[in-house]
Amino acid sequence: MTIAIDVFLMALLVVAAIAVIRLRSLFAAVMLTSVYSLLSACWFTLQDAVDVAFTEAAVGAGISTVLMLGTLSLTQRNEKGGRGGHPILGLAVVLLTGTALVYATFDMPHYGDPAAPIHTHPIYEEYVHASYDKFHIPNIVTSVLASYRGYDTFGEVTVILTAGIAVLLLLSRAREEEGPPS
Amino acid sequence: MREYTVPRVVAKILIPYILLYALYVQFHGDFGPGGGFQAGVIFAAGVILYALLFGLAAARRVVPPDVVRVLIAFGVMLYGGVGVATMAKGGKFLDYGVLAHDPVHGQHYGILLVELGVGITVTAVMIALFYAFAGRRSA
Repeated sequence: MTIAIDVFLMALLVVAAIAVIRLRSLFAAVMLTSVYSLLSACWFTLQDAVDVAFTEAAVGAGISTVLMLGTLSLTQRNEKGGRGGHPILGLAVVLLTGTALVYATFDMPHYGDPAAPIHTHPIYEEYVHASYDKFHIPNIVTSVLASYRGYDTFGEVTVILTAGIAVLLLLSRAREEEGPPS
Repeated sequence: MREYTVPRVVAKILIPYILLYALYVQFHGDFGPGGGFQAGVIFAAGVILYALLFGLAAARRVVPPDVVRVLIAFGVMLYGGVGVATMAKGGKFLDYGVLAHDPVHGQHYGILLVELGVGITVTAVMIALFYAFAGRRSA
């Protein structure tokens, strides 16, 4: 039964992706990208990656869609035709990359394999069993994110800070150049 | 969208629950899925929904851009501040165990504050980005 749902979701993802590529209406493309994110979130939930699914639904389907629509209101509603580049060349690049990625998955352990490195590595015992005795936090993701990997998360927040500042600087500067000198 | 009655009424009913849910995700992240990153985005989504339906000017009155700009830095300061506090208490940077007599409680305080810092920065950056994009449209 789960296999059927997996295949169904994957098929929908492929359909959404092809539709986004073929559409010339940018508004419809943005909405379909949002649908794509929502489908990915469903897929992550099925894989028991609830925290990732949560983020994908909130960021991918929510905020980034709004920001894309905001960008759309500054530009045209339809994609201009006649983009440069050979379609054959693009197809070749995509096929090569895809083949390389599929080839790389042959080295990965099978899904749910108990002998996979993530289950046999010593850190597994620490994160999954010892972390509750140390912190009394049922959600391992939170204790790993905030405590074991506190430095990493600090770095991530700093990345968000700098990215936010950079975008704000770019946008406010462009407005000054467009507007009349004060 | 300001002229449509139904979305406005529905949004008025929904926005408090969206904000409440963001706070739930923020402070319940120890027990269920979620945490500062997700909570920040959901909270910002509530504010952005308000701005979409009631206009940018109304949203700017509720959440002033100057406050947002300060909050962007404040979240990171809070996170770093917890690290400095743990160092001042004799521990290592971001070693929350020293924050309370019981190391488990110290960890709880530390994770709560750190996640709060993450949530504040993410919320503020998302709202600031939306203001920047939407502000250009009206300019």
